Amino acid sequence: MLYAKIGDPDATAIVFFVLVIVIALGITLWAARRTRSTEQFYAAGHTVTGFQNGLALAGDYMSAASFLGIAGLVALYGFDGLIYSIGFLVGWPIVLLLIAEPLRNLGKYTFADVVAYRLRQSPVRVAAAIGTISVVVFYLIAQMVGAGSLITLMFGLDYWLAVVIVGSVMLALLLLGGMIATTWVQIVKAVLLLGGALVLAIWVLSKFSMNPLNLFQAAADKNGQKVLAPGDKVVTGSWDAISLGLALMFGTAGLPHILMRFYTVPDSRAARSSVNWATLFIGFFYILTFVLGFGAMSLVGQGPITAVEKGGNMAAPLLAQEVGGEPFLGFIAAVAFATILAVVAGLTLSGAAALSHDLWVNVVRHDKASEQEQLRVARIATLVMGGTAIVLGIVLEGQNVAFMVGLAFAIAASANFPALLMALFWRRFTTAGAVASIVTGAVSALVLIYISPTIQEDVIGNDSSLFPLKNPALVSMPLAFVTGIVVSLLRPEPRAVERFIEAERRHHLGIAVPKGAVAPRPAAK
Amino acid sequence: MPRQSDSEPPGKAAGTAIAGGPAEELLELQALAARRLRVALWLTGAMLVIYFGFILLVAFAKDFLGRSIADGLSVGILLGVLVILATWIVTWIYVRWANRNYEPALRRLRG
Repeated sequence: MLYAKIGDPDATAIVFFVLVIVIALGITLWAARRTRSTEQFYAAGHTVTGFQNGLALAGDYMSAASFLGIAGLVALYGFDGLIYSIGFLVGWPIVLLLIAEPLRNLGKYTFADVVAYRLRQSPVRVAAAIGTISVVVFYLIAQMVGAGSLITLMFGLDYWLAVVIVGSVMLALLLLGGMIATTWVQIVKAVLLLGGALVLAIWVLSKFSMNPLNLFQAAADKNGQKVLAPGDKVVTGSWDAISLGLALMFGTAGLPHILMRFYTVPDSRAARSSVNWATLFIGFFYILTFVLGFGAMSLVGQGPITAVEKGGNMAAPLLAQEVGGEPFLGFIAAVAFATILAVVAGLTLSGAAALSHDLWVNVVRHDKASEQEQLRVARIATLVMGGTAIVLGIVLEGQNVAFMVGLAFAIAASANFPALLMALFWRRFTTAGAVASIVTGAVSALVLIYISPTIQEDVIGNDSSLFPLKNPALVSMPLAFVTGIVVSLLRPEPRAVERFIEAERRHHLGIAVPKGAVAPRPAAK
Repeated sequence: MPRQSDSEPPGKAAGTAIAGGPAEELLELQALAARRLRVALWLTGAMLVIYFGFILLVAFAKDFLGRSIADGLSVGILLGVLVILATWIVTWIYVRWANRNYEPALRRLRG
């Protein structure tokens, strides 16, 4: 059997795998010498260019779910898998249009900086930390569980060992190299992933006289014309479709690890250019998933794919093996490992920033902590987040990865996005409104997920569920907006309104003064 | 650090200094802010219509999306690629507007 070799790696796979780890540690050692301040630890010293950050955003965003998951979904269900390809991209214009530039101008390390800017610091930061940690934990679990199963399948390691390896490399990277190392690992990963997927796609297309339509037709000939049309695998009901669409579209603009990347660039102009590049790279990658998915369907076949792993997650690696043999399989496996490493590093760092910068430095120490203390606390928080990720990854082995990513997007769209948007654009938004909106969004999303068919029917095994939708965003996101608006209107906060003018100035103009100055002087004309 | 913590409410004087500048500059900034928000909301609206148009077709018009245009090409696959292209175009329109209109106006305001 041709495909029996998965889980029994040959020398090339191990060489590529070790090479990725060596490159990551090399970057870490290089970055460690440049990581002396909190600014460098969290924001790479604001020295990343727009183009570099565009690649790093792509590297931070294109998780194993994108690469392995979508290729697998398309290979098994055809068109239905493409619904995810498209949904994961359409959130980027929202990030660009509403969030990226003001976020860069108003904040320092976390999105809570922006929400709390003209409000009372402590309550908002506590609430925002809750929103951040919920998103990060669910997202991290998904990545760690995915990483564990992937490495187990590809290299035949024990599951727990695989999780510990990913967690340890990630922790070494973060503790020593902080955001500088994370950025460059994400850039290297994005280049490897885009390059690897492109080579694989061209290789596949070369077997169909370079015409994707020939490939799609071959897949349809093999599995029926229905693979080119929507079925019932991804979207069952119409309200389900809309709810999932909302979560995907607005969730991206509330993902803490994505938002944090905008602080690594020097100004809002570079923030704008970085989303432009990111959208280009990510869109290009998702177009390639059309070819990879249908390629796996037609060249490998659905039977062999599900025989290796029933979720279809091994479709892309199997396709690599089919067209390029063992060496190319080894390369793609290493790319998948780099992918997971880059994403968990970004996630862990954003969770650590919420714990240390928002909770410790601003709430507990009232922004009076010394530079050394901030950096020490940042590293301790990183260790706590990373340790949590490893433990949860091991404990929750076998959980459905896709549903946890969907949950993370729904919480991000409900807890973080509404508060961020209202803080930026609505003059009368108040501290109480922000806290109520974030808490309502997070809690309602979590509760609705718990009583949804996903948990009640698929996980617990009940016959019915209280809430009919698989994704809660359709209810929880509007609820977060309404709560924020009603609470703000009930108890106005004059000081927050007063400070809106100053915030609006900075929202557009940014900090036009050197670090340490108290207020930008009005420009003399 | 320009940000204030709970224990230190911003003084009236500090607030005015930050918000300050000549009245016409303030008005110009507010007009610019309104203009940027309008562009952003229009393009966000366009993106919502495009994406949810596609999602509603997926939910309600499965047969239409399954119709074959050419060998290997269904309406659904064509529209899917077009949504990705539309995402690029919306991004491109905004970046072009911002670089041609918004940035120069910001530079004028910064003085």
